[in-house]
Amino acid sequence: MSEVQPLLMVDCDPATMPVEQIDVSQRELWAENTKWDFFKRLRDDAPVHFCPESLAGPYWSVTRYADIMEVEKNWETFSSDPTIVIEDPDEDFTLPMFIAMDPPKHDEQRKAVQGVVAPQNLKVLESTIRTRVQNILDSLPIGETFDWVDRVSIELTTQMLATLFDFPFEDRRKLTRWSDVATGSPETGVVETEEQGREELYECLDYFTRLWQEREGNGQSSDMVSMLANASATRDMLPMEYLGNLVLLIVGGNDTTRNSITGGVLALNENPGEYAKLRNDPGVIPNMVSEIIRWVTPLAHMRRTALKDYVLGGQEISAGDKVIMWYVSGNRDERAIENPDEFMIDRKRARQHLSFGYGIHRCMGNRLAEMQLKILWEEIQSRFHFVEVVGEAQRVPSNFVHGFTELPVRLHSI
Amino acid sequence: MPKITYIEHDGTNHEVDAAVGTTVMNAALDNLVPGIDADCGGECSCATCHVMVDGNWIGKVGQPNDTEESMLDLNPERQENSRLSCQIKVVDELDGLVVNLPEFQF
Repeated sequence: MSEVQPLLMVDCDPATMPVEQIDVSQRELWAENTKWDFFKRLRDDAPVHFCPESLAGPYWSVTRYADIMEVEKNWETFSSDPTIVIEDPDEDFTLPMFIAMDPPKHDEQRKAVQGVVAPQNLKVLESTIRTRVQNILDSLPIGETFDWVDRVSIELTTQMLATLFDFPFEDRRKLTRWSDVATGSPETGVVETEEQGREELYECLDYFTRLWQEREGNGQSSDMVSMLANASATRDMLPMEYLGNLVLLIVGGNDTTRNSITGGVLALNENPGEYAKLRNDPGVIPNMVSEIIRWVTPLAHMRRTALKDYVLGGQEISAGDKVIMWYVSGNRDERAIENPDEFMIDRKRARQHLSFGYGIHRCMGNRLAEMQLKILWEEIQSRFHFVEVVGEAQRVPSNFVHGFTELPVRLHSI
Repeated sequence: MPKITYIEHDGTNHEVDAAVGTTVMNAALDNLVPGIDADCGGECSCATCHVMVDGNWIGKVGQPNDTEESMLDLNPERQENSRLSCQIKVVDELDGLVVNLPEFQF
């Protein structure tokens, strides 16, 4: 038999194509934002679905909210080791990080740094965040077109990350770059070659190793580098493990909230009735923040690897199989969320979404993310009548980072 | 119906009547007691319904199971009497139960 050319999903009709041929991982579906009907088909007809062939190899898709929850809770069957993304790691460039570990090591390493984003510490950070948000918003032009992603979304999350690492402020855009490189590839256009990507990440390691050395023995400081360098669970980490955990914290604090900041502006523009509600009642902002995070689902999936055979939704998953929890689909599951395709800033039970994950790997920075978005929208509402989208949003061509590279906007003052 | 008292971090008391068979989490949500987020809806998977069981009651309420323990263990504000309220079933013996709410849910 001759080699069959892979079917391109963008050429297929999601409603009528044979369900077993669906491959939701294909990049084009994400760049063009046409994956939604494929996921709906899977949720309806094959909620636990096996794709025998893809660029990332064979994988299971879990697309309903309740099934995703079942996988999340069962970390003894569904391991986060060796990675939490659909692509397998390169054997000669592995980056150990605690999100991709199981207990007990996961718990030990996570505990070493989670205090910095715990609510107690956030209370201390709140006024710093607000001042930074105010400065960013006050520097924006009124009535001129500019890129919201670069001027606001990236700038704010990068400043935040620099604060948490106590990273030299003038070099902060390096953090943005390293975040992009860590999740990007030659296919997504972030780097020319894989080799170049690795070299840039080694520069990241060098830079942070200097900070580590400066802060060793400085156990009183509460920035994340000092915490890693001095906590008993992490102070003996090997360089690649340090790099792995840095990448985790950089991506976790950067790519995610960045895209919620952008996606919120887009969603309000696409739903003028909701924008009107916001203008009438800024008190809705905390609830709106949760709805934005559900709506955007900044990380489209998390991957697990089955350690033993398991029957999920009537399907037999075998030990060693790759299992993808598509948060982006679970957050649109009509079985769990009422009118899931509607963006409703006053949605009831808005906090019950999958974007932070559940179980022991639940997002550590969830409260920081919510606080940043809440402050941002409070400050936007006190300055601008309308953040108007005036051009096409450009999307990241990735099935993991679910977000935007560009969003042209124009501001209208109050 | 068993009475449950929730004490907020600032000392505010909320006394509610809880139906037998519900959970301490749901009784709080049904009666609009602030301070319990319950993001996962009672699946023991988010730890945002954290409470500290008042001293005299911990014996009757009991200890967390392994799943609950794995979630509580990651909470930096965890105390010896910490429980996830979604995992405490309301029974007649808990009539008069007092739980304290943390300043923040994690």
